[in-house]
Amino acid sequence: MDVKQFAKQIRRNTLRCIHSQGSGHVGGSLSIADLLAVLYSKHMRVDPANPKSESRDKLVLSKGHAGPALYAALSLKGFFPEEWLDTLNKLGTRLPSHVNINLTPGVDMTAGSLGQGLSCACGLALADRLKGVDGYVYVIIGDGELQEGQNWEGAMFAAHKKLDRLIVFVDSNKMQIDGLTENVLNIEDIQAKFAAFGFDTQRANGHDCEAIDRAIAQAKQTCGKPHCIVLDTVKGKGVSFYETMGPGVHSTTVTDEQYALALKELD
Amino acid sequence: MELRKEYVGELARLMRQNDKIVILDADLAGAGGTKPLYEEFPDRCIEVGIAEANMTCIAAGLAASGFVPFIHSFVPFVARRALDQIAVSVSYSQQNVRIVGYDPGVHTTSNGGTHMSFEDVATMRAFCNIAVLDIVDGIQLRKALPYIVQHQGPMYIRFVRKQTDVIFDENYVFRFGKADKLRDGKDITIIASGTMTFDALQAANKLEEAGISVDLLSIHTVKPLDEQAVTESARKTGRVLTVENHSIHGGLYGAVTELLSAQLPTLCDAVAVRDKLTQVGNLNDLKRDYGLTADDVFDRATRLLNRR
Ligand SMILES: Cc1ncc(C[n+]2csc(CCOP(=O)(O)OP(=O)(O)O)c2C)c(N)n1
Ligand SMILES: [Mg+2]
Repeated sequence: MDVKQFAKQIRRNTLRCIHSQGSGHVGGSLSIADLLAVLYSKHMRVDPANPKSESRDKLVLSKGHAGPALYAALSLKGFFPEEWLDTLNKLGTRLPSHVNINLTPGVDMTAGSLGQGLSCACGLALADRLKGVDGYVYVIIGDGELQEGQNWEGAMFAAHKKLDRLIVFVDSNKMQIDGLTENVLNIEDIQAKFAAFGFDTQRANGHDCEAIDRAIAQAKQTCGKPHCIVLDTVKGKGVSFYETMGPGVHSTTVTDEQYALALKELD
Repeated sequence: MELRKEYVGELARLMRQNDKIVILDADLAGAGGTKPLYEEFPDRCIEVGIAEANMTCIAAGLAASGFVPFIHSFVPFVARRALDQIAVSVSYSQQNVRIVGYDPGVHTTSNGGTHMSFEDVATMRAFCNIAVLDIVDGIQLRKALPYIVQHQGPMYIRFVRKQTDVIFDENYVFRFGKADKLRDGKDITIIASGTMTFDALQAANKLEEAGISVDLLSIHTVKPLDEQAVTESARKTGRVLTVENHSIHGGLYGAVTELLSAQLPTLCDAVAVRDKLTQVGNLNDLKRDYGLTADDVFDRATRLLNRR
C-alpha cells in the first residue's frame, strides 16, 4: 500500500478504535499516524505471524496513551483482527488505551506512565547488542513527556553506550494537557538538547512521509551515536475540527457525528 | 457538585485567608480542577510540567521555608512515581507537604493499568509520619480542608475527582483520626474507607433486612487509625469486615488486623483487591472483577458470620 494511503487508513482505524469508547486520546494518536505509516511500511522488520521473533525491530511507544494509533497500524499489518479495535478499554480487552506488552501482539513495551520508554528502549537495544542481533529499536516520546527527568538519564546512557541502533522520535505537537508546551514548561530547543547529550539529531516535518523516511534512512547511516529525530507535528492532524481544537484535543470525544464527519475528510 | 469543585472552592476560600498555601500541578491542573486557582492566585499556583519527582522536591523546599504546599496528580504519579522523593524530602525531612492523589484504585477506569494503584495507602502508611486520608465524599473533603491546612506533618489525601454522590450533609463535622459511626449494631462490624462507604452502606441495609444488625464505621483517616472505635466495636460484635478500594496488603485491612491481632484477636475478613494486576475497564465491571461491590460486602459479611 502507498504510504500516504496507509497513513490515512491508520487515522481511520484510530478513530474507529476511539469511537468504540466514545472518547479518548485523539490528538496525540493522530499526530503520530504518518510516522507509524512510514515505520510500518518501510522500516520495521517485523513478522505479524511471529510477533516475538528475536531478530525483529522493536518500537517503544513511550507516550503510551497513543495506543489507538499503534493498534490501527498493527491491525492493518495483520497482527490481529480489525474487530479488536472495537474492544478498546473494555474489561478483558487486548487493547487498553495505554499500550501493554503482555496483551497485544506487536507491542514491545508497556507504557502509560510517561518518561519510562527511553530507558526501556536502552535495555532493549543493549539486549540486542548482547545477543548479537542487528535489530533497530525505535522510541516515540511526546514533547510534554520530555519534561520527565528520566528521559535525560536515558539519553545520557544511550550516548555513553553508543547505542547507534536506537532511534528516538519526539512528537513535537507543541501541546500537552494543561496547554501549549511552551507555556507549561518550555522544553525547546529539543534538537540542541539531544545533540548536547551526544545524539545524532535531525528535525523534520512529521506529516511529510518522504521527509520522515529520508530522516530515518540518514540516521541509519550514522554510526557510533544514538539518533534523535524531532518531528514537527499538529495535534489532531488529519481531521480539521480536531486540528483546530487546541489543547482540549488531548482527550476528547469521537461521537457518531464526529466519526462520520472525520471519515468523510479521510476518504 | 463534583468533588473537585468542592475541593477547589474551599481551597480558594482558605487561600484568601492564608497566604502560606501554595498549589503545585504536574500537567493535570485542568483535569484535576485546580486551574481556576491560577487566575486568582497566579503567584501561589505553580505548574511544574510532567515532572512529579521535581514537583515533590520543589514542594519540600517551599515547606522548609514555611509554606503549606499541595501537590497534585493521579494517585500513582503523585504517590508512587516520586516515592523516594517523598521518603527523603518529605517524610524524613518532616516537611508539611500535602500529597493529593486523584482517582484512587478502580476509579481510574479507562486510563487503565498504568494509572491504577492499589498500593498507595500501604506505602504511605508505612512511613512513620505521613497521615493518610481516604475521602468519602465532597462534603467531607470540604469540611476536612481547614484541618488539612493546619495539620502538622506530611499528609496523603486520595479522592475521586468527578464524584457527585454524597453520604454526609452540611451538619457533618470532620474530626481527624476519628471514625464516623453510620450504624449501631451488635452482630458484625463493617469498617469501610473512602468511597467504599457507599457499598458498605448498601450492604448494611440488605443485611439488616436479613435480620443482621451491623455496626458500621466509615474511616477517612486510615492513619492514625481510630483504635478506640475499632476495638470497641470488635469487642461488641466479635466479627470485623473491612472494606476498601485498595490491595488487601497494608491498607485498611492491614491497619485493622495489626491492631486487633495484638490487642483483641478477632475473626476478620476483607473486601479488598486480592493480588490481582491492575487493568482497564468501566467502574462497574472493575468493581465486579475485583470483588468490590455491595454484593461482595454482603456475601463476605454473611460468610464471616457463619465462621466458627
Ligand atoms: C508520569 C505521568 N504523569 C502524568 C501523566 C498524565 N498524562 C497523560 S498524557 C499527558 C500529556 C502528555 O503530553 P505529550 O507528551 O506532549 O503527549 P501528546 O501531546 O503527544 O499527547 C499527561 C500529563 C502520565 N500519563 N504519566
Ligand atoms: Mg505533545
